[in-house]
Amino acid sequence: MAKENAYRLLNAGERALVVEFGSTVDPGINGQVLALDAAFVAARIEGVRETVPTYRSLMIHYDPLVISRDKLVARIAEFEAAHPQAPKPQARWTFPCCYDPAIAEDIAELAALVKLDVAEAARIHTSGAYRAYMYGFAPGYCYLGGLPRELAVSRRATVRSPTPENAVLVGGGLSLVATFSMPTGWYVAGRTPERMFAPHRARPFLVDVGDELRFEAIDAQTFAALDLRAQKGETVAWREALA
Amino acid sequence: MSAVLRVVQAGPGVTLQDAGRWGYLRYGVTQAGPMDSLAHEFANRMVGNEAGAPALEISIGGLDVMVEEGALELCIVAPGFRVSRDGGALPPSCLVTLAPGEKLSVRAGESGAWAYLAPAGAVDAEPELGSLSMHVRTGVGGAGIKPGDRLHISAPRAGAAEARALAAFRAPSDAPIRIVAGPQDDYFDAANFSCFLEGPWRVAARSDRMAYALEGPRLEHAKGFNIVSDGIALGAIQVPGDGWPFVQMADRAPTGGYPKIGTVIAADLGRLAQMRPGARLSFQAVAVDEAVAAWRQARAFMETAGLAPQGAGQLTSEALLSRNLVGGVVSAHGAPE
Repeated sequence: MAKENAYRLLNAGERALVVEFGSTVDPGINGQVLALDAAFVAARIEGVRETVPTYRSLMIHYDPLVISRDKLVARIAEFEAAHPQAPKPQARWTFPCCYDPAIAEDIAELAALVKLDVAEAARIHTSGAYRAYMYGFAPGYCYLGGLPRELAVSRRATVRSPTPENAVLVGGGLSLVATFSMPTGWYVAGRTPERMFAPHRARPFLVDVGDELRFEAIDAQTFAALDLRAQKGETVAWREALA
Repeated sequence: MSAVLRVVQAGPGVTLQDAGRWGYLRYGVTQAGPMDSLAHEFANRMVGNEAGAPALEISIGGLDVMVEEGALELCIVAPGFRVSRDGGALPPSCLVTLAPGEKLSVRAGESGAWAYLAPAGAVDAEPELGSLSMHVRTGVGGAGIKPGDRLHISAPRAGAAEARALAAFRAPSDAPIRIVAGPQDDYFDAANFSCFLEGPWRVAARSDRMAYALEGPRLEHAKGFNIVSDGIALGAIQVPGDGWPFVQMADRAPTGGYPKIGTVIAADLGRLAQMRPGARLSFQAVAVDEAVAAWRQARAFMETAGLAPQGAGQLTSEALLSRNLVGGVVSAHGAPE
């Protein structure tokens, strides 16, 4: 039996509508979000300004003077009735990541919280098969699911000072690849020399939502060398196309 | 032919803004754009630009500019601010042409949080991710306007030397700020939702282009305050754990993880944006249809305000007077209004 795509419609004012498929971090729910997003992107509906997929819902920014809420709701129902398929992951990425405590500022604190040594915490982080669920918060901040349970810690009670750039963060049972230096409630588990966001690169945002992602441990010396190459515009993460 | 607008002095928070950076919210990129989009659009339309053309957004930190080459007409929309040319007071909202060497100053006055200055012509700069809007926090589009900056204006237009006052485009109002409930109004019981509407709320000092923090009664969540991150619309009112709402403004993050009790309607966003720390407000819930009707009305006014003679580049004062937008003409070395 085909599972019915149940969703809730929530008003975010008169110029945005939320299509909510669930309230948890789940690849099935995220797949439904991405499927509807793909349908909207392909349809290029007049008056739909922009869609924003998140873990569990799609926000549709629209101009109510061009397309009414009723007409928009009818289009959503029409797309959902056709049971859109979640787009297949396009790529599997391997991100180099340095877990050396001199660079990974919070790895020792994180390891202590989960009662592991630093090397073991790093090994477990690299063992995870991650999925890019969404971007959010700041340009190129890529939220991942798939963090091994052993590293599931709550977010910090208070926000820490700005992280170094391109930090790999852990918090609230999730992992994320950051870009800018920002204050955060997450833990800096590692740093990648790769830039998830580079405004002047042909592909400013490296990873597509839905892509698979892994981390490969590198030492501080390799980090420095790759960081220099990435700084010059080279892509240092490894991309494998998926059929 | 081009003109150069040189920034002599700029307080913190002065930026260049066009209609905002659309199409990249899905990558975590903030939309930015003007805090008071109607005031920004009004300035552009009055000076004969396209709606959404880049214009300077002036904070209460103030701004001094000087024209270096050629004469250049400017439209200033700065209700509540103090505007002057070489020390002579000008109406706070006016069209004025600066001759080379003349200095225009915009300073905070009795009221108003954001003023706009639109040059007659095209700001010659390279867009980043499709927009010239500056998002200071990330530096996307530029890190803000600084003293010494030069804005190159291509195809500049000049008008009459004497300043022409523009009538107010927004009537002063103490009415509650209207909101549409949701998307997470179900995180609050009826008593807390009423409490949210009634307030009264005070705009907190820590308010900025990202969010207006409100202080007042503490709201209680019925189902906790952590949600799995979802989209944040312009005007969304997030309620974090401490129970004090903050309204998400132009520089908001595109997603977030606090429940959003309601969303300020488009027609009232500018009025809220113009409130300074210390201002008091309450909210009124309206249906989506009512919010759309209010927005349609605001848009209709703006569309008529844009009836500039094509290509003429400046509105004649007769045309403005006939549509009741020019309040009066002020002489070049003019007395205050």
